[in-house]
Formats: sequence, C-alpha cells, structure tokens
Amino acid sequence: MASVKHLLGIKELSAQEIMLYLNSAGSFKDILKRDIKKVPALRGRTVVNLFLEPSTRTRTSFELAAKRLSTDVINFSAPSSSILKGESLLDTALTVEALGADIIIIRHSSSGAPHMLSRHIKAHLINAGDGTNEHPTQALLDAFTIKEKKGGFEGLKVAIVGDIIHSRVAKSNIYCLKKLGADVRLVGPATLLPEEFRELGVSTTTSMDEGLEEADVIMMLRLQLERQGKGFFPTTAEYFRQWGLSKKRLETAKPDAIVMHPGPMNRGIEIASAVADGDNSVILEQVTNGLAVRMAVMYHLDERKEQ
Amino acid sequence: MRILITGGHVIDPSQEFAGRADILIEDGRIKTFAKEKKLRNNQAQVIDAEGHWLIPGLIDMHTHLREPGFENKETIKTGTLAALRGGFTTVCAMPNTNPVNDNPGVTEFILKKARAEGHARVLPIGAVTKGQMGEELAPLYMMREAGCIAFSDDGRPVANPLIMRRALEYAKGLDALIISHAEDPVLSDGGVMNEGLLSATMGLKGSPAIAEEVMIYRDIALSELTGGRVHIAHVSTLGGVRVIRQAKERGIAVTAETCPHYFSLTQDAVCGFNTSAKVNPPLRTRRDIEAIKEGLKDGTIDIIATDHAPHGRAEKMSRQFDDAPSGISGLETALSLSLALVEEGVLTEMELIRKLTQTPARILRVDGGTLKEGMPAELAIVDPQRRSVLKAAHLKSLGQNTPFDGMEMKGAVIKTFFGEKIMEWGQE
Repeated sequence: MASVKHLLGIKELSAQEIMLYLNSAGSFKDILKRDIKKVPALRGRTVVNLFLEPSTRTRTSFELAAKRLSTDVINFSAPSSSILKGESLLDTALTVEALGADIIIIRHSSSGAPHMLSRHIKAHLINAGDGTNEHPTQALLDAFTIKEKKGGFEGLKVAIVGDIIHSRVAKSNIYCLKKLGADVRLVGPATLLPEEFRELGVSTTTSMDEGLEEADVIMMLRLQLERQGKGFFPTTAEYFRQWGLSKKRLETAKPDAIVMHPGPMNRGIEIASAVADGDNSVILEQVTNGLAVRMAVMYHLDERKEQ
Repeated sequence: MRILITGGHVIDPSQEFAGRADILIEDGRIKTFAKEKKLRNNQAQVIDAEGHWLIPGLIDMHTHLREPGFENKETIKTGTLAALRGGFTTVCAMPNTNPVNDNPGVTEFILKKARAEGHARVLPIGAVTKGQMGEELAPLYMMREAGCIAFSDDGRPVANPLIMRRALEYAKGLDALIISHAEDPVLSDGGVMNEGLLSATMGLKGSPAIAEEVMIYRDIALSELTGGRVHIAHVSTLGGVRVIRQAKERGIAVTAETCPHYFSLTQDAVCGFNTSAKVNPPLRTRRDIEAIKEGLKDGTIDIIATDHAPHGRAEKMSRQFDDAPSGISGLETALSLSLALVEEGVLTEMELIRKLTQTPARILRVDGGTLKEGMPAELAIVDPQRRSVLKAAHLKSLGQNTPFDGMEMKGAVIKTFFGEKIMEWGQE
C-alpha cells in the first residue's frame, strides 16, 4: 500500500510502492480498451487541476483520467487564476480545498511547491511537475511503458539523454529506474550534466555513442530552447550534432531498443523525425499509458483516506 | 544602586582574565573588578553567580533590525530585546531597511529610535552606495558624522569592481571600515541553496561556493591595492577561509566573521524544502564546516557574528522555497551554538568570548566588550550547563525563523546587564 497520503515524488517511494502503481495501471489500461471507458471508482469525489505553469498534455491527461474514474474535475490554470492578482499559492490551494477538493493536482514552476502545500493542506496532493525537481507520474508512466515492452527492469540498460540538471522528468526517472534495478546512464553536455550525479549510482558521459551503446531504452529529454544563449550550449544545430538522436545514432543501441520522449518534442533538435516516427518509437504509447497510470495513482491515494 | 556579583567564573579577554572574581556595579558602571578576592557586601544587592560564567556583553557586528520599513519582521525595540536575551549588549544594524540607511537622516532616525525604545546599544552600519544599488557612493563622511560605524551593501554585494575600489579608496580617507558580503552576483545568480548534488536533485538553483571565494579574493586584492580596510562578512566556505588565511599570511589587514549556522548545520537542513534553513550565503557541507572551525581556531576568522535576519512567519514558512526570504533569527541562539566550539575543543572559553567581545570592539574601534573598572556595566551571566529545548515561539525576536526549533541547546544566558537595566531570563 502506498505509504504516503500524497504523491510528491518518486524519491519518497519504495520499489514495492512503485510496482503497486504499475500493476494497477495495468488493470486500468484494460478498462481503457473497453467500449465504455468509465468506471465509478471515485464517483462523488472532486479533483482539482491546479496548473500554475503552462501545460496542455499533462493537464489533459489528468483531467481525462479523473473523468474516467467518474470524479468531478475542475481546471484551475495560471492565466485565469487569482495568482495573477497577487494571491499566494498557499491561499489559492486553501481556497480550492475549501471548495471541497479531495485530490489536488499541482503543477508549479517552483521546486518544492507541492511539499510546502503538503504541510498545510488536508486534501491528497499529486505533484504534476514542480520546477526542476520531480514529475513522478511521468516516471511511473515511463516505467509502465518499459515494463510492457521489456518485461522487467533488472539489468536493463537505460540511457537518459539531454538537459539532465533542469529536467524533472530525468530526475524522477533516475530515482524510479534505480529503485527498480535498471542500469542507468546519463548523457549530455557537461554544462547540463554535473558529474555529481554519479553519487546516485548512475554513470554519466558526454559521449552519445558511449551512452547509447547496447542500450535497451533511450529516453530523450526535451531541450528547453531558452537555455540557448545562456552559455549551456552554443547553438541548437551544434547540440543536435552531438546529442540529437538520429537514425544513424540509433544503430549504436540494441536493434530492439525503444525510444521514448516525454513531449512536447523539438523535432530536429533533440530527435530526428525519422526516429520519432520510426519503428523503435513508443512515444504515443507513453501518452496512452499516462492515462492508466494517473487513474491508478488517484485511485490508490483515495483508497488511503478510506482506511 | 550597588550590585555585587560574587562567586562567578569571570572571562574577560580584554584583561586576559579567566577565573574567579567579584564584580561590584555602582550606578550602572563597573566600580570594582576584584580578582581572586572576595568583596565585602557594603549595602549592595548580592547576586550569587556560583557555577556560572560572567562575561562582557557580547557585540554583534551583523544584525538586521529591519526598522525602518519592515516592522512586521523586527523593530529596534524587539531586536534589541532579543539581543539582550542572547547576551548581546551592542548590535550593529545593517542598512537594508526601507528607506535604506544611505544618508544621515536615516542614520539619525535609527539612533533616535534606539535611544527612545532600544534595550541595547545600536551602532548603525551605513550603505556603501546609494540605495545599495552599487552605482554611486553614499555620503560616507556625513553618515559617519551622524554615527555610522562601518559601511556595507550587505545582501547586495558591490558587483562593480571599480565602485568597490573607489569605495575603499574613499573610505580609507575616513578611516572607515567596509564590510563585504562576498558573493559574486553573476556566479550565484538565482541560487537559493548550496550548489551540488543536493541542489541538483532537489531541483533548486545552486549558489556555488566559488562565488564566495572569488569575491573574497577580489575584495582582498582591492583592499591591498587601496589600503582601505575590509571585513569579510559571514564566511561560509572552505575556499573563503583559505583565501583569507593566505591574505593574512601576506600581512593584509583583512578581518573576517562567520556565523553560528555555518559551523552548526550542513545543507542537509534544507531537505524537504525546509525554508527555515534558507539563508544567504547558503548552508554548505561537512568539509566547509571543518574548514570554518579550523579558521576560527587559527585566527583566520576573527569573530563570530549572528547575521540575525528575522522574517515574518507567513512569508518565511508558507511560501515555495524559491520565493521564501533568506535568513535566520540568530541573536538568541548564537551563544549556545558557539559554546559547542568550546565543548568540542575548537576554541578555549577565552578565545570564544574574545571573538564575541574584544575583537569586534577592536575591529569597529569602539569601546565596550570589557569588564574594566569604570566602564559601563554591560555584561551577561551565563549558565554553560543549562540544557533546554529551543522553542521558536518563545524567542523575543519577532522573527521566529530558526532551523534550530525543537533542538536541544546547551548553555543559556540567565541575566543580562545593560547599564542600570538588569534583565533576568526564565527557563523557557
């Protein structure tokens, strides 16, 4: 059983808890294949999507997952919110809670924003991405996808490529895959990949060929274009030459390697279109699996309240 | 009024004395300092200090009193009461108020307010540049006339090396001290905790130790060039200690301070996004703590200051880490935390008290920090053995922001004397 009331990060979870989410995501995925894709599991509950940073895909995924569980969903997003009128995040969250929210899904540009709220809020909190800290449901859906494709994690060679230090997706994936027993390699420019990461039990390299060698899974990260001009890398063209995933580069990995990307993609900058749309790509399946995983997370957190 | 303090263990570095002594106070001044002999009680109120320490009132070179402008965080009244509670009878007030203390009018306001409402002595520190903007020099001479004892753009390091050079050259002519918050603002830009694996895994922007080291190096080099006196505030890094040590070996007249949190806590205190441990410069690593203790021991770090930085509860504890203000309310915990250095054998009791009394007085060129006969009665009675659990809510400061909340503290101030005022502190 999940040991915590909230899902703040993968850091706080045990391998068992991660597997629990993955296994029940399997059951929810079966439901999503049915004609009637909705179950009454959380009927009467209220879910609030508190998205204070622009997001379409994650918010939509959570919204649909919540609807599939028969909850009432409210979207509360930055441009329309009172945050713009100077209200603090905590006051906004307390207001949402007072409206009767049972589950609050929070995305915020500050790392630790959900952790701060968890000290003041009684509703269940799900971290949908906080600053450059974590994005736990993305890591769970990635793990679910890997498990479906590769059967397990033990000894699996996973390369995570790109802007590691600024990527909450990378961090949640590192914790998750390490807990599940995978062999994780981080690849990227030294300005975006501090060697201290090795202390987490992963390897780091600036060489794409070295990182991709015999890899079972290649996880490409989105390059935030605003990093250009800040001294992290000279140009996107040079970035693609060194760390972009081209068809040719892909050959370094195992022939049945899967290619993942959390989206949205910068085609031609971190990933070539031919790879994104190619046979090894599981990028769209990740999106589908995201629904099942988010249903599983909401379902289990809610169950905690019943006990 | 006559008060006889008898039987205490007196530590007065200004007289190189540590031992049993009786002290007679008359009308708020030290009348007699009697070493190794008992004074007769001629109609004095007697305070038995058996088993306790008697020390000169401490001098804090680095305090934020927040007034004028941020009275929700602290006032001159509450901040000086917190000072006495912590054994400090003199505090140097940093200029980052609103308005900034960058002109004699603000200096006079602070001194006037301190005379009217303050519990302890307040020595204002003026801004180096107008509005602490780092662009134009503030009127240092007039502020000095008004009562500023040093100058600093604390919290906003003077980024432009030419302005710093001019400030040191100009201050030299006034024989004024410049206090440097040494942190390269470009290297540390946006940093909210120490840079390293922990900042990377928490997704927080790191402020690297090197930002402190290079700025200390710059300011020492400029001090050497100009002959202006520079004091390095709140040293937090191994590299910083090393640079200052080398400068002192070369005979440069730099002085330096550290704060209790930099030798008591590592960056791990911010785990869980604990904003009460957010402070600038940030808490560092075990290696840095060891280097700071080494620096205190060999004299590289001259003094201990508090960097008392009180904040309101809501702004400090209910904001996301990035947005929470930096600072620790430090006046009331400084002595207990520093006593641990004696316990660990880093400093002798004499060395510790010197870094909190005589040396800051010498650097600031002010009287005080002494129990010599004829001086104002500014002293504290300390029970070095008393253990208590710190409760932030019980602090006298309006700023209850402390990462030491709930921790056991050893050593407590039980009475503070400030002239004719005697404050007695309870167990809480």
